[in-house]
Parts: sequence; C-alpha cells; structure tokens
Amino acid sequence: MAQRKPHKWGMIVDIDKCTGCQACVVACQAENNVQLNTEDRFHERRPIEWIHIQRYWEVPEEYRSRPEDAPFQDIKARFLPVLCQHCENAPCEPVCPVYATYHNDQGLNVQVYNRCVGTRYCANNCPYQVRFFNYWEPVWPDRMRNQLNPDVTVRSRGIMEKCSFCIQRLRRGERQVEAAEGGELNDRALAEGNFAPACVQACPTGSLIFGDYTDPDGQLSQYVAVDEDTNEKVLKDDRAYQLLKNIGTEPNVIYLKKIDPRRTGEGGHG
Amino acid sequence: MQEGRALADRQINRDLLHTIFTHPKWQWGLIAFFGIIVLGAMCAAGYMFNRGLGVSGLNRPVMWGFFITNFVFWIGISHAGVMLSAILRLSKAEWRRPATRAAEVLTVFSLMTAMLMPLIHAGRPWRVFYWVFPFDWARGVYPNVRSALIWDPSAVFTYLTSSTLFVYIALLPDLAVIRDRSTGIRRQIYSVLALGWRGNPRQWKLQIIAGVLLSALILPVFVSVHSIVSFDFSMAIAVKSWHSTIFPPYFVIGAVHSGVAAVVIVMAVMRWLYGWQEYIRPEHFDALGRLLVVVATGWFFFFVLEFFFGLYSLEADEIAVKDFLSAQAPWSWWFITFVGTTYFIPVGMWLFKGVRRNPGLMIIACISVNIGMWLERFLIIVPGLAQKQVMNFTYFTYAPSVVEVVIVIGTFALVCMLMLLFAKVFPLIPLYDIKEGEIARDEIQIGRRKVPAVLREE
Repeated sequence: MAQRKPHKWGMIVDIDKCTGCQACVVACQAENNVQLNTEDRFHERRPIEWIHIQRYWEVPEEYRSRPEDAPFQDIKARFLPVLCQHCENAPCEPVCPVYATYHNDQGLNVQVYNRCVGTRYCANNCPYQVRFFNYWEPVWPDRMRNQLNPDVTVRSRGIMEKCSFCIQRLRRGERQVEAAEGGELNDRALAEGNFAPACVQACPTGSLIFGDYTDPDGQLSQYVAVDEDTNEKVLKDDRAYQLLKNIGTEPNVIYLKKIDPRRTGEGGHG
Repeated sequence: MQEGRALADRQINRDLLHTIFTHPKWQWGLIAFFGIIVLGAMCAAGYMFNRGLGVSGLNRPVMWGFFITNFVFWIGISHAGVMLSAILRLSKAEWRRPATRAAEVLTVFSLMTAMLMPLIHAGRPWRVFYWVFPFDWARGVYPNVRSALIWDPSAVFTYLTSSTLFVYIALLPDLAVIRDRSTGIRRQIYSVLALGWRGNPRQWKLQIIAGVLLSALILPVFVSVHSIVSFDFSMAIAVKSWHSTIFPPYFVIGAVHSGVAAVVIVMAVMRWLYGWQEYIRPEHFDALGRLLVVVATGWFFFFVLEFFFGLYSLEADEIAVKDFLSAQAPWSWWFITFVGTTYFIPVGMWLFKGVRRNPGLMIIACISVNIGMWLERFLIIVPGLAQKQVMNFTYFTYAPSVVEVVIVIGTFALVCMLMLLFAKVFPLIPLYDIKEGEIARDEIQIGRRKVPAVLREE
C-alpha cells in the first residue's frame, strides 16, 4: 500500500430530512454483525444499536408545563439518530485502564475488542450513551450463520462495542482506491465504491452525509470548515450544532436542526 | 481514662490467648455457617462468569451497580484500621489499646474483599491481569495511567501492603508469647512467624520505631486511597452527579465514619463472643462514641456541601438529578433512609452517655451507620447513571438480580469468616499493648478522690 493519505472522517446528520424509518439501524445491524436485538433485550434495556433513533415528542411552547393537555395535532414526533460521535476530545478514551479505546490519526474513535476487559467505565463516561456492552454471548440462528460479515469481528460477551464509522469499508476503500497511483479516497470515490458507512448508504432521505473534513471539495465543506492551525471545526451553516457541546467533547458528527415552519413562517415545508 | 481493675500479666495471657488454645464447638459452627454463605456466593460468581454479566441487573445506562457500590463500601470500612491505630497511636489516645488489632485486621480483610469486586464485575475477569499489573505482557501496551481505574489498584495494593506490614509488626511480640506456650508443629510454625523474637531491648526498640514509622507513612496512603476511589466518579465528566470536586474529602470522611462504626461492631461482638469484658470496657465504647459523633458531623457537613454545590451551580440538569434523587419515589425513600440511618439516628443515640456505654445499643447505632453508608454509595452511583445527561430517551433505572445480592451478602460473610479464622490463630487484642497500658496505669490523688491516670515516658 502506498503512503497513507491523511483523512479526517466526519458525518452530518440532517434532522430535517430524517423520517425515523430506522433503515440505518437495520443496515448497521447487518453490516457490523451486531447481535440480534430480541424483545428480551429491549425489556432488559440492553439492546445493541450502534446507531439508534431517539424519538422525542415536541409540544407547542405554551403547553411545555403541561404536555398532556396539548392538542394531539400539535404534538410533533422528533427523531434524532444518535451514533458514536467520534469525539476529538473523547471522554471514553482516557478512562479505559487497558487502552482498549483510542483515537486514531483519521479522527476515529477506535475500539480494540481483543484488548477490552469490560470494566464499562467508558460507557459510564460517554455522555451520548453510544457504547454498548455485550451482556450475553451473541447467538445467531443457524440459518443466519452465513450472513455474518467476514470483514467484521464477532464480539464475544463481556466487551464493549460501538460505531466504527464502518472502518472495514473505509479500509477497503483505501486499499482499492489509494493503491492506484494518485488515487484519493474522496467523497466521490466513497459514493462510487460503496465505501461510505452502511447507515449512510441505507438512508432513503439522504439525511446522513459522510465525508472527509480535509477534502476541500467534499460534501462536508459546505457545512463545516476546519481551522488549519487549531484543528477546530467552525460550523458554517446556521442550522448546524453539536450534541451536548457544553461538555467540550468536540464531536466529529454535526447535526443540522429541524426547520420549523411554524417558527420561521415558511409554510408548507415537508 | 482507665477504669476497671488492674490485671496481672499471667491473667492477660490466659484471657487473651484462650481463643487459640481452647476449641469451643460454636466456633467451628460459626465459621462453617459463614463458609457456606461464601460458598454460595462463589457459586453465584461462577454462574456469572459462565453465563456472562447478563445475569446481573445492569443495563445500558446503569453499567455499574451493586458490585461497585460494595467495592466502595469495603474500601471505606478499611479506613478504620489506620484511623484507630495510626492516628490514635500518634496522638497517644490511651483507650485505643484493645481496639487496634481488630481494626487493623478488619482493614486487611476488607481491602481484600473490596478488591474482589471490580475483578468480579469486569466483563472478562480472566483477562484482568493486564489491567491490574503494570507490565506489558509481551503486548507492548502498558496500562493507561490516565485512567482512574489504574490509580485504584495502585492505591489499594499500596494500602494493603502497608497495613499487612502494620499488622505483622504489631503481632511479633504476641507471636513469641504463643510460641513459648505451644508445642510440636504448632511451636515450629509460630517460631518461624515470630522471626526470632526474644524480647530484648533492641528488638523492642526496633519494633516501636517500625510501628511509629509505619503509622506516619501510612497516613498519606490513608487520605489518598479513598480520594482515588472517589476519582473513579469525580473524573467522569459525562455523569452529572459524579463530576464534583467535593468528592475526595467527602469520601474519606465517609470512609472513616463507616470504618470506625464497623470496628465498634467487631469490638462489641468479640467482647461478647470471647468474654473480654475486662479488656473492652464501657469506657472504650464511650470514647469511640464521642469520636463517632465528631466524624459523623464532619461527614454531614460534606454531605450538605455536596448537595448544596449541586444546586448552587444552577445547572438545570444537575438540579434535575438532585430532584430525581431526593424528591421522586422510590429513590426519595432510599434517600431519606440513608440520611436518617447515617446521621440522625446514630448521632441522636450517641449523644447520650448511657447509650455510648452500652455495647448492645452501640451495635445497633453502628449497624445503622453502615446501612446508611452502603446506601450512600449506592445513591451516588446509580441515580446519576440512570439519568446521566439531558437526552432522556436513554433514561432507565436499576434493580439488582439475585446473583448480585448473593455475592454482596457473600462478601459480608467472607469478612466475618476471615475475622473468626484470624481469631483462631492470632490474638485479636494485642497482648503487649495491654501490658504496656497496665505498666503505665497509675492513680493520682486529687483532693479527696483517687483518679485513674496514665504515666507516660516522653
């Protein structure tokens, strides 16, 4: 493989386009050998969903103190896809006693399954709660054995797992595109070669946008600029925000907020 | 403070060594009883290792529960040893004498028990060796020294090493006494353990210097151990109610509170079990009761501060956690129980001299303290995790499973069993310390009354 090219992966989640269909959840499940979330897992509150859709009910301003009185047609369902934010300043990384999680040079927060002993400290220190512990040994019915993705480790019980931005796809892309002379795994190459994460590929409304912050022509550059000196992200879109920004984790996932037709007066949107 | 009658050396030896030289049937019965509970807990732990942590009640927001609560609790109990031996030794409190050994031994055993907890709770306990030992094990990766979970074993093992040494040095003269009174294989074992103690002046001098030095050196460890345990929580920025700078002193004083209370329980029980009324007298409980009033009130101060700091910052999410903890059932009921049993019930009892001098009532007050302190750790750990941040979609609660409850009960039985076994082979009250107290005891005439007093060589 040629000299490794610098990348800084990131994602934009456009809440305005999200319909809450959960296609991303299913795609992630299939791509990453995530164990089957049976009904029991949900009752135990131990489902493993590397990306999950949080559903909030929004009531009009005047009913905030007594939401139960709000007229039903004014209650809005709001969907928030939450995945590992790949924080630049990730709280989960320094607390792991065995270096099972670290930040790599491409802006990814990486989990080393072999190294993990399962103290679960990282999950406690993750404000987004996107780290998942394998409480049980994963089992698949026999007829599903052959659908497991050979590029992804099947995690045993007792270890942490979380979204990897489908690092196996990114690596495959690097191998295939960058092995050629002058090849660059930019956003166009990602789309053409199906190297973007499974959730992005599966999203029917295109509310998930994956790309490289260092690519000046990339899709992310219209929303975010990266300051070359400080390496800090400057949000260019006035809809852009980061989850729980006040904690200072500097996530690499940027959200674009819902366009509210009632507030801005642009009627008939969506 | 020296009530009670004068005791001859011969009688001290006979009274304090009878646990070793006589074999009452209840003793083995009691040890077997606790042993069966420990065995049950081991089976529960084995079942958990075999099936995975799924058999516990832990879930996604609440990743730490009973095990970590129990870990912090036992580390807290271990603070009694240093408090009673080192601090009271350095401050020359005469009444410490019969309490020191029991406190130190309780320290060692509770530390061992505490360290079992994080190992059991790990997802893959068979791999923890490269977590706990600072060695790269051919992987080329050392443990992560930035993690509070690395500071933890370092601090706890330092404390365990130093307190084991502390116990052993104090045991040397007593081991020699047992050696001289036993025969056969037993004599040989005690001879090896006594390290050739002859009781000559040079040995006494070295033993005293070692004891004083260890007392002084162990003090920083004493403060740091529970501070570091509190860092497990206060370093975590993601959990609102954990991320508090008040935690280290709050945890240390809480540890002293529960630890001294536990020593009182041990003393009252051994006084009753072994008939040591001549040695552990009401005046000792009285002194410990007064000490506990001070410690408890200090703890209460930090408790109020911790709560107040949470509200004073005026951060909506932190106030929400405090509201969740103190005003919403069922947590509020646990919260009220915790404050009552930790402070108001026991301190209310200790204010009366009659209670302080009554071992039975002291046991009740001290058990109340330890119930409260266990709940305190639980209420610090779990509600904060259950409602970590403003994103309330992931909120949940926690209920322990049978496996966790059995293992927690097993740890209590383990400490009881180890204490009983220790009493079977070593004296739980230091003989030489009591004899030293007897030599120093004196009476002075004040007006028309004779008052007990203590002579001291300064």
